[in-house]
Amino acid sequence: MTDPLFAAKAPTPAGGWRTATVALVDHPTPRTVRLRLDVPDRVDHLPGQHYVVRLTAPDGYTAQRSYSVSSAPSDELLELLVERWPDGEVSSYLADDLQVGDRLQVRGPIGGWFVWRGDDPVLVVGGGTGVVPLVAVWRHSVHLGRTDLVRVVAAGRTPADLPYAQELTAAGARMLYSRTATATRPAARIGLDDVADLVAADPVATALVCGSAGFAETASRLLVDAGKPVGAVRVERFGPTT
Amino acid sequence: MSGPTRGFLGRSRQPRDPRLPPGQYDTGADWPVLTAEVTPRLDPQRWSFTIDGLVQRPTTWSWDELHALAAHDSAAGGHPPEYRGDIHCVTTWSKLGTWFGGISLDTLLDAAEPLLDQGFVLATSTTGYTTNLPLADVREHRAWLAWSHEGKPLSADHGGPVRLLVPHLYFWKSAKWVTRLTVMDHDEAGFWERNGYHDRGDPWLEQRYQGD
Repeated sequence: MTDPLFAAKAPTPAGGWRTATVALVDHPTPRTVRLRLDVPDRVDHLPGQHYVVRLTAPDGYTAQRSYSVSSAPSDELLELLVERWPDGEVSSYLADDLQVGDRLQVRGPIGGWFVWRGDDPVLVVGGGTGVVPLVAVWRHSVHLGRTDLVRVVAAGRTPADLPYAQELTAAGARMLYSRTATATRPAARIGLDDVADLVAADPVATALVCGSAGFAETASRLLVDAGKPVGAVRVERFGPTT
Repeated sequence: MSGPTRGFLGRSRQPRDPRLPPGQYDTGADWPVLTAEVTPRLDPQRWSFTIDGLVQRPTTWSWDELHALAAHDSAAGGHPPEYRGDIHCVTTWSKLGTWFGGISLDTLLDAAEPLLDQGFVLATSTTGYTTNLPLADVREHRAWLAWSHEGKPLSADHGGPVRLLVPHLYFWKSAKWVTRLTVMDHDEAGFWERNGYHDRGDPWLEQRYQGD
């Protein structure tokens, strides 16, 4: 009864805490901040894994949050994309105060389930900042010369709202906008027609679904309704992490 | 531990709620959903819960049988069928002052009679999700099967119809859609425990990841 996909895998050790140096900070969309970090003695991550960022106040108080990695393991720097939440204790600091040259405590990579190991076909579906791990998968496939293994579906409200929209569009991702009509698709939330052919083309390929709880629930259900076995779907849900 | 992060002051910490373990924040009325698999749709009448492994009497209960047992516990002043308190997720949110209804695992373990006191249990969900715990962590009024939350049936995304509830440990130990508890004489890593997370997961000790 235990699904084979849940079978044991080698544990993925989280590296210890490291002091990263901020190499780049920018704001790809109004609600997000992109960090590129130089992490000494970095442990190579798998696309889909995340890092923990820890902030320390002068009195020793700390706050830490997890963020998905968007860079490929081959990238010299570690790239994180953070959604800024109103009053977010960590995300507002990262978005508003962090500067190039600052030092940040980071720990990772973490997670051994929601990953792509680079050697099997994968369908990746992300909504909003849930596209971040998809970008890591795509970039890794480019590095490996195996983009043939990867199918990408990315959903957002508008192209201006969706991080990495340009890069994903150029990658040939299927772009789904709920508020923007395109030449091939009216403005609409993700539906069965958006995934049915991709599922039919390779029903048993692993699917990685990432997004808000609502998006992940809808998208994972659509994949199953389209014929993908439940055991082939791996889900990463997130809520507001402030 | 390195020095402070330049320019970071953090939220006002006076007063920090003493119910919050280190590194956690109060999620307020929210209850985030974090699950690694597709949410199953379970018919309670086709669901059952089994305790097996190293027990005197391997036992399977139906939904109706568990509810009858819980009602009996309530009436007879048995193991408390309710938890009121806090829950803590490894992703750093805590939900304070919440409550769940169901049945104490003590009632079920008393019936199945583990053959040892210092063993381990592996909880298994209908999805194949697993999590491991020391047997001692699911005894002494510290673990439940929960089917209601704040008076309403537990929703599917939060593990309904029935989840394990072990609120003194990080919440990935509280397996959603639980269907089996296997008593063992050795520890066997569950799903997240094989994937980089801590074997026990005590929030007050910040046992988040392997090596903590």
